[in-house]
Amino acid sequence: MATFTLPKNSKITEGKRHPAPSGAKNVKSFKIYRWDPDSGENPRTDTFEIDLDQCGPMVLDALIKIKNEVDSTLTFRRSCREGICGSCSMNIDGLNTLACLKPIEDVTGDVKIHPLPHMPVVKDLVPDLSQIYAQLRSIEPWLKSDTPPPPDAERLQSKEERAKLDGLWECILCFCCTTACPSYWWNGDRYLGPAVLLQAYRWIADSRDDHTGERLDALEDPFKLYRCHTIMNCARTCPKGLNPAQAIGEIKQLLATRGG
Amino acid sequence: MSIMKDSREATMVGRRSDGTLIRRPLSPHLQVYDMLQMTSALSISHRITGVIWVAGVLVMTWWLVAAAAGPSAFGAVQWFLGSFLGILLLMGVTAAAWFHTLAGIRHLAWDAGWGFDIPTTYKTGRAVLIGTAVLTALTWLALLISW
Repeated sequence: MATFTLPKNSKITEGKRHPAPSGAKNVKSFKIYRWDPDSGENPRTDTFEIDLDQCGPMVLDALIKIKNEVDSTLTFRRSCREGICGSCSMNIDGLNTLACLKPIEDVTGDVKIHPLPHMPVVKDLVPDLSQIYAQLRSIEPWLKSDTPPPPDAERLQSKEERAKLDGLWECILCFCCTTACPSYWWNGDRYLGPAVLLQAYRWIADSRDDHTGERLDALEDPFKLYRCHTIMNCARTCPKGLNPAQAIGEIKQLLATRGG
Repeated sequence: MSIMKDSREATMVGRRSDGTLIRRPLSPHLQVYDMLQMTSALSISHRITGVIWVAGVLVMTWWLVAAAAGPSAFGAVQWFLGSFLGILLLMGVTAAAWFHTLAGIRHLAWDAGWGFDIPTTYKTGRAVLIGTAVLTALTWLALLISW
């Protein structure tokens, strides 16, 4: 259901302020969402003043610097720091993106950092993604073929068949798009959301997969697929420049045009 | 035991370090997301203008019913719609109707598989906004000339 305000236990309070070291000339404030399950208190916004002359260029560099030098309890996911693992997805300056790909200088004013929107918070910037993972599993994101592969060879595709997967295989499952979608915010219990639907289309579009009809059948549902209202926040926010809305549009077209 | 209405409820329960249960907060959404970007702003406007248009049709029904009811009822409606507030209201409905029509065409294009990339989405979005302003102005210009 659509609830536009936050529950009582989720309202954000003013937190601590960590001033920049004296002598710092190039100071930027990072306002970061914090929640500690052990404290039992409401989430708060901590302000960290960082000397950018002593910090790497990306928002993730600042987060790591804060964790190393200011507050080691700051909790966030990160791994590859080059936009391929999808771990450091979060809401920065009002849009979802990967902290490792977001230059600090692109943000005017304070850098406001929140966890991915409308998700249960495990701690600080770490959301619980188990609902989205369960939804991803439900679309069976693996090759389903009725025939065995040729002996000692790969299943071959023509260049045109392979080209259909471009813009789909690049998804790193960071879920920036899914958590940017108001429809997913309100109906995420049943609506699959842009990332999972893009994955669904990735297997529907695969010439080597023999279960296209079943995959389409499974999606023909008022909630799973058709809660997409082409809001387009997904494509706008994708840090990899992919277009989940277009993939969903392709699924809708296939459903509308397939022979009954 | 109450029945869980939303399966996401299950993930709202976490544990403290000592193993005791705690209700997790929901991360902020409308409170922090940039809702004024072209994508979501035009989407919600499409819905709101749809509702306004329906309200406008109800006003038109009121006008027709009053016309059937007799001269005094019709005169009252005419007086209200001709007043400053009434004209303002009708102008608002005109703008809402044009916006909803143009944005509806944009949605039809998407449904036909055209215009999904972000540069095109922004171009068509701007076209809808400019088109609404121009067509609303033209409609009222035509109305006032033919008055």
